[in-house]
Amino acid sequence: MDLLSFGKTGWGDELFYATLMTIAVAVTAMLIGFLFSLIFTPLKLSNNKFLNFIGNTYTTVIRGVPELLVIYLFFFGGSGAIMYVASIFGYFEYIEINAFITGSVAIGIISGAYSTEVFRGAIQSIDKGQFEAAKVLGVSKFVQFYKIILPQMLRLAIPNLSNVWQITLKDTSLISVTGLVEIMRQSYIAAGSTRDPLFFYCFAAVLYLMLTFLSMKLINRLEVKYSRGF
Amino acid sequence: MDFDLMIASLPKLLSAAVITLKLLSASLIIGLCIGFLFAVLRLNKKPFINKFAYGYSYLFRGTPLLVQIFIIYYGLGQIEWLRSTFLWVILKEPYWCAIIAFALNTGAYTSEILRSAFQTIKPGIIEAGKSLGISSKIILYKIQIPVAIRQSLPAYGNEIILMMKGTSLASTVTLMDITGVAKHIVSTTYKPLEVFLLAGGIYLFMTFIIHNLIKYLEKKYSFQ
Repeated sequence: MDLLSFGKTGWGDELFYATLMTIAVAVTAMLIGFLFSLIFTPLKLSNNKFLNFIGNTYTTVIRGVPELLVIYLFFFGGSGAIMYVASIFGYFEYIEINAFITGSVAIGIISGAYSTEVFRGAIQSIDKGQFEAAKVLGVSKFVQFYKIILPQMLRLAIPNLSNVWQITLKDTSLISVTGLVEIMRQSYIAAGSTRDPLFFYCFAAVLYLMLTFLSMKLINRLEVKYSRGF
Repeated sequence: MDFDLMIASLPKLLSAAVITLKLLSASLIIGLCIGFLFAVLRLNKKPFINKFAYGYSYLFRGTPLLVQIFIIYYGLGQIEWLRSTFLWVILKEPYWCAIIAFALNTGAYTSEILRSAFQTIKPGIIEAGKSLGISSKIILYKIQIPVAIRQSLPAYGNEIILMMKGTSLASTVTLMDITGVAKHIVSTTYKPLEVFLLAGGIYLFMTFIIHNLIKYLEKKYSFQ
């Protein structure tokens, strides 16, 4: 237990902050994913063939390529791409992007592909009559979405979104390859300096289990809330 | 875009794809056996046995695959007595460590897929078998298992694709699969965009093949 004590001798405080970092990356990535699905879900549901193609390409490509490769592409290719864009605008200095931002965006794009699929499925399983009834009552498109479709959709989407959250949370471990100090990276550092990898990686596994367990408890509450009246 | 580099690195990446496929097939075969075993344990009525099976699947589905690989590859080597047994012959090889981790991981997901497939079989089918006087052993082999396999095909297809993407983690324990080779090429040429996009293309192609294979099987074994 000495290894986990807080302060200079143990790794307790370092691992605690690393856990906070993991949560921060996962939440940021999930929110970025929602932003992406806000753009791509309408594209996937659109009747326009071209828009449909863009939406489908996004979800198919991201879900068909390893997460690690996407992270490598962003981490090694990201700053090069940004510098190229900057050079068009006449800025030639070296630009380094923060590991937190690259990591969250990379995981966010992956998580977005999964949540787009969830939202598409949820909207498609809402009865067509609901849309038609709203139209007949002369409800504006905006109100129709926020007051009629969204509440029903969320009830259907939450169980699947909780899966997406689990995937996102576990994917954050891959960001350790970029050097961002989250649970996995911190365990790697601690394992290296104490020569006790078994203990630290098992402890990392326990931390992840705790995070998945606690978030499941929270999500179950949300599920109950949105299932009122069913 | 440096197309010459892309053409030059294509053969290297394709030969690395063989390692990816080897890792994938080995872990899927072992994982399927583990998954089947634990699905049966989950359906067992004794609380101790099905709690144990549930614990296994919860543990492996609740932690990242990367942690699992690191525990097996870096962690197990630390146990002294393990080093003196024959197991060490296997555990000192990153290749086998990766396969063990992948197999245990996919086994946990597969057990969940198979369990839910067995549970969603309509009781009417089994009752029909019973009323025709078919023995319960034959009901299991000729009715329950084929129906369960058919029902779990779509979910298992997804699992195969997830596992294929998971094999890219083998590159973190020094194995030269597609991702490992791509990273190696990038570290010598400093052209990340071209190489990683090409590697992504190969993975995408493999996903496409697996997806269509599963679709074909679904059609072949559909009830209509």
